[in-house]
Amino acid sequence: MNEYRQEIAALTMRWVRRLSREKFSMLFTLIQPMLFWLIFFGNLFQRAADVQVVQAPNYISFLTAGVVVMTVLNNGLAGGVDLLFDKENGFLERLMSTPIHRTSVILSRFLFVTTVTSLQVLVILGVAFLFGVTPATGFFGVAVILLIGMLFGVGLTAISMAMAFSVKSHGDFFSVLGFLSLPMIFLSSALVPLSAMPKFMAMLAVLNPMTWAIDAIRPLILTGWADALRPLAIVLLIMVAFDALCLYGSAKAFRRAIG
Amino acid sequence: MEQSVAIDVSKLGKTYDGVAAIQDLSFQIRTGEIFALLGPNGAGKSTTLRILITLLRPTSGQATVLGHDVVRDADHVRRLIGYVPQERAIDRFLTGREHLLLLGDLYHLSKEESLRRIAELLKLVDLEGKADQPAKTYSGGMKRKLDIACGLLPNPKILFLDEPTLGLDVQSRLRIWDYVRQLRQRGITVVMTTNYLDEADQLCDRLAIIDGGHIKALGSPTELKSGLGGDIVSVTVGSAALARVEPLAAALKGLPSIRAISAKPTGLDIRVESPEKALPAILEVANRLACPVEFIEYHRPRLDDVFVAHTGHAIREEFPAAEEEA
Repeated sequence: MNEYRQEIAALTMRWVRRLSREKFSMLFTLIQPMLFWLIFFGNLFQRAADVQVVQAPNYISFLTAGVVVMTVLNNGLAGGVDLLFDKENGFLERLMSTPIHRTSVILSRFLFVTTVTSLQVLVILGVAFLFGVTPATGFFGVAVILLIGMLFGVGLTAISMAMAFSVKSHGDFFSVLGFLSLPMIFLSSALVPLSAMPKFMAMLAVLNPMTWAIDAIRPLILTGWADALRPLAIVLLIMVAFDALCLYGSAKAFRRAIG
Repeated sequence: MEQSVAIDVSKLGKTYDGVAAIQDLSFQIRTGEIFALLGPNGAGKSTTLRILITLLRPTSGQATVLGHDVVRDADHVRRLIGYVPQERAIDRFLTGREHLLLLGDLYHLSKEESLRRIAELLKLVDLEGKADQPAKTYSGGMKRKLDIACGLLPNPKILFLDEPTLGLDVQSRLRIWDYVRQLRQRGITVVMTTNYLDEADQLCDRLAIIDGGHIKALGSPTELKSGLGGDIVSVTVGSAALARVEPLAAALKGLPSIRAISAKPTGLDIRVESPEKALPAILEVANRLACPVEFIEYHRPRLDDVFVAHTGHAIREEFPAAEEEA
């Protein structure tokens, strides 16, 4: 058990070191969702968006839940990228030739992605606060938001890592990533509530786990516990099922790649 | 020779999607020797090595490392070996020291033990000055040295090197050979793959020539060379006379002092019993066939000759081999 902890701590530390050395890319990953989506998009649509339709005091407060989950989505889907490079340059083989538990590398990645994402979500909520968005359910609500983010993020990171282990080249990986990310956002309740969507898009959006995460987080920010409990119960069930499915699939891919 | 067996490979096979990468390999590696798997790209060297270091599961047969099965007892094997991969498996954002610290934790060393070994290894591979620079500032040779330090960190009984000097300049190569010899002096068994004949010849105690997934020959370089018997007479003809090479080979075939003939792009390599008798005979036949000899020399058998004799082709005819790999 001690050995296991030592391995995971060291491997996680490596991801932290890498991030701190890549200052430029760190800045981009951290700032991009806030700058682009929350500040620009949120303010741009302030007057175009009908508060009757979005059912929020203003568009930016409506959008905050969406930006939180989008960040979880993007970080999760990109969570396997570093393993992909490790696989391609042989570093993964070096790691796997040491007597570490076969799950340590993957666990370190989950740990790292979850932590970075949670910090980022906190920063996003902080920026939203500067624009006058105060979570209606307070600190406990923020904790629940983080929990939902973590649950969703684990499944996504698992998908990303499974893809990293299965693709033939990193070109494939990035085209799938690019193909997935934007439609996932548009076919969810991130930018527009389901009720205001064209029928066929709303039908697809219901199948998107992202929608359920957003619809649970939104009342935590906008209204309060009374409205949040039902969607919370639903999203917890969906996320547990989603994670189970993703972890099962990625375990298979991992075993095939590493044995 | 009462040396104990470090690695025992028996009828090992590995198939990828129905295509055999290696077939029915059996050999033993002795404790304390430098052993090379020599062959062209795609011959199955790396596949064999990866099975031995537990990264690949064999499709058939078995292998043990210091008595531990590489599949059933993989974790135990991993604790006994060090591995230096073929690619520059370096994290460009980490410093040399951070690489070694990371591996120290993965081998579950205590902090003190880890630091002690790291200081010693950095000195051994002469990287002390650069240890705290990110690896992206390292030259190819320095990355290789870091690779080797990483492989030695666990204090392995057996060190596996995959193409240790591939793409290095001459000086770095000699330096690496030097380290490898030092390792043998410390009692470490070294197993390496290479497609450099001179490396196998000068560095290794024993080698296996592997081609098309099969072992074609096994022994010390000296054994393999003397096993060929006789010397090599190498005939080069003028480019205008290349068409006469074939009749020349045919005419030479029956002569008593000649053992074997193989064609090369510029002429013939002829394995002979004694050059004193064979040389005049060869010249006489060439004269009779009006085949102008541009250059003729003879030499003791070299490892290239051994390779050609056992595989039927030169190790550097890389185009077909490279295709196989892709």
